[in-house]
Amino acid sequence: MNVLAQEAAGAVSTGEAVVFWILGPIALACAIGMIFVRSAVHSALLLVSTMFCLAIFYIVQSAPFLGFVQIIVYTGAVMMLFLFVLMLVGRDSSDSVVEVLRGQRVAGLLLGLGLAVLLVSGLSRALVSVEPVGLAADGAGSGNNVVGLGQLIFGPYVYAFELTAALLMTAALGALVFALAQSTAHDKRGQRATVIARLRGEHARISPLPGPGVFATANSVAVPALLPDGSIAPESLSEIIDATPVAPVEDVLPDARALTGRSSDTSAHDGEDRS
Amino acid sequence: MNTWLAQEPEPVEGLTRTQQLLADDPLWLILLKVVALFAIGVVLTLVMINAERKVVGRMQQRPGPNRTGPGGWLQSLADGLKLAFKEDIMPVMADKKIYFIAPVISTIPAFVAFSVIPFGGEVVIFGEPTVLQLVDLPVGVLVVLACASIGVYGIVLGGWASGSPYPLLAALRSAAQVISYEIALGLSIVAVILYAGSLSTADIVAAQASGWFGWLLIPSFVVFVISMVGETNRAPFDLPEAESELVGGFHTEYSSLKFALFFLAEYVNMVTVSAMATTLFLGGGMWPWPLSFLNGNGWLQMVAFLIKMSLFLFLFIWLRGTLPRLRYDQFMKLGWKVLVPISLMWIVVIFAIRVFRNSGNDLSTLLVTIGIILAVVLMIAFLVPERSRPQETVELASDYPVPPLDLAVPTPSRHKLRPRAAESREPALAGPDPKEGE
Repeated sequence: MNVLAQEAAGAVSTGEAVVFWILGPIALACAIGMIFVRSAVHSALLLVSTMFCLAIFYIVQSAPFLGFVQIIVYTGAVMMLFLFVLMLVGRDSSDSVVEVLRGQRVAGLLLGLGLAVLLVSGLSRALVSVEPVGLAADGAGSGNNVVGLGQLIFGPYVYAFELTAALLMTAALGALVFALAQSTAHDKRGQRATVIARLRGEHARISPLPGPGVFATANSVAVPALLPDGSIAPESLSEIIDATPVAPVEDVLPDARALTGRSSDTSAHDGEDRS
Repeated sequence: MNTWLAQEPEPVEGLTRTQQLLADDPLWLILLKVVALFAIGVVLTLVMINAERKVVGRMQQRPGPNRTGPGGWLQSLADGLKLAFKEDIMPVMADKKIYFIAPVISTIPAFVAFSVIPFGGEVVIFGEPTVLQLVDLPVGVLVVLACASIGVYGIVLGGWASGSPYPLLAALRSAAQVISYEIALGLSIVAVILYAGSLSTADIVAAQASGWFGWLLIPSFVVFVISMVGETNRAPFDLPEAESELVGGFHTEYSSLKFALFFLAEYVNMVTVSAMATTLFLGGGMWPWPLSFLNGNGWLQMVAFLIKMSLFLFLFIWLRGTLPRLRYDQFMKLGWKVLVPISLMWIVVIFAIRVFRNSGNDLSTLLVTIGIILAVVLMIAFLVPERSRPQETVELASDYPVPPLDLAVPTPSRHKLRPRAAESREPALAGPDPKEGE
């Protein structure tokens, strides 16, 4: 790592070049694929691979701390939360082709183009007019990457750092408050409170609904519970099962040949049925 | 990456001795170390599966596997071979590519994390002085965390790509679980980094020459051990593969070699976190005091490392044989409301102590003062009478037969008072005991 740092600023070693020309196209292809892939999860995964490639670039360019933090924070936590939401939404949901807001697509296109122009102009200026100084001279990369970063963050930039932290903290707390404000409307009852509510008669009955029980002949939900005298317990009848229309199964004569796959005389059998 | 890029053989300014030795490694030695690490991972997995079945068996009063090989120790090898020859099933609803790549994603980081573990000190291999470690990055501890966070993708994607509800639920659980426990894990490492003054694993081991961090930073150690069990999805925190709730969890639909890869990843992860715990808190490959004369030899250090690591591996088995699985909300509560706040407070305490000591004050007077204040507060707390809570009565709304609400559990338990005469007891199936019959 330091070997790289000590080389002349701007010079590229062989190893760095090899890594760049292998991972650069991969990162670019993944980024483009992320936009054009249909499935949302595939798109998120391609973004993950782009971020991973970027992390390796950081590591190769003498910023191991930044690289691994990129993997831990962005690839590990942020994109995992994205995936979490995408998986909850469902696998079959893809982009809808209906425009919800009027003129949304045109506005999006224009704004995107504007952003692209800004980025390209900024980057081109950075490519042409900024002189690379290398890492050996500066504190951030020399000796120990972590120490250099720490001295910068907690030295000259401590106020910016603390303010950013406070901002993020406020956002997280705000999200918590919003989420909890919605869920405390029906606050959760503990086990004991539920029992007392049941005893007070706030529920339809004290005990749970009877299952098929010891007197029934089967333990399927379709079979009603039997009371000790043999009669059917009315609470155990499932309304859903009762309401489902049932067609009686046709009586088909068992034919052993149907199992073997040879259907030599099924036509004769059909004729028999029709008669 | 580091060693591969550093092509100059001569030592470089600013590198520690370990880093210099590792940068000098020729290619064949690096390859040898990689193969050895892979072998250690696979062999430890096989041994660990067998040991787990045997130890859990012993805890449940049964022998465990004892047929295949000497003493049954080849059972997991036979199982592994059998798994490889089983039919590979691709579910109809599966997302083919992701279903295929998920086990790979979960296995590779598990092995990569192995590369920063300092197994031992300086040795000479075929005339080449080196260190028993593949790489020593200046951010070695972060590598393990990064690998853990990539490894979750395997579980999450495998569960999602199976196209089946149980694995999906397991994937969601796993995502939430690993993220929340990684926070606790990362916070418990902070104290170690503060005391060692470095993120490199070799430096952390070297910093423990005067005393293991396991003693010095007991709260961090406890939090690390708890959250490493959560991080590896092991019992009692094995909610992503809870058999009683989710069939098999995220790998319900997997079979054959893909399932074997998931299995391998789980056990290699256990080995990795055990190795990390050894490195961070138990002084790595250092022998404790009466045996400290053994520290001169790098290979003997590796023996010490493996012994300490197997203690943690035994802990994993022990937990699985002893504890019931936690409910999911209790588990998350433990992570977010107990482990994370404890770690944060502990970090603040450590900062305070270090600042206090660095500003030239005497620590013992401070501790005595705090102790006296604490004792006074406790005395007052004991003297304040307890508030009596009125027992609320519940009006029964129906005549449904319920037991009395103030039902007290009877105190004297007869089977505990009775002398323990296991040999005189009848087998359970032999009918009721005439002395107990009522």
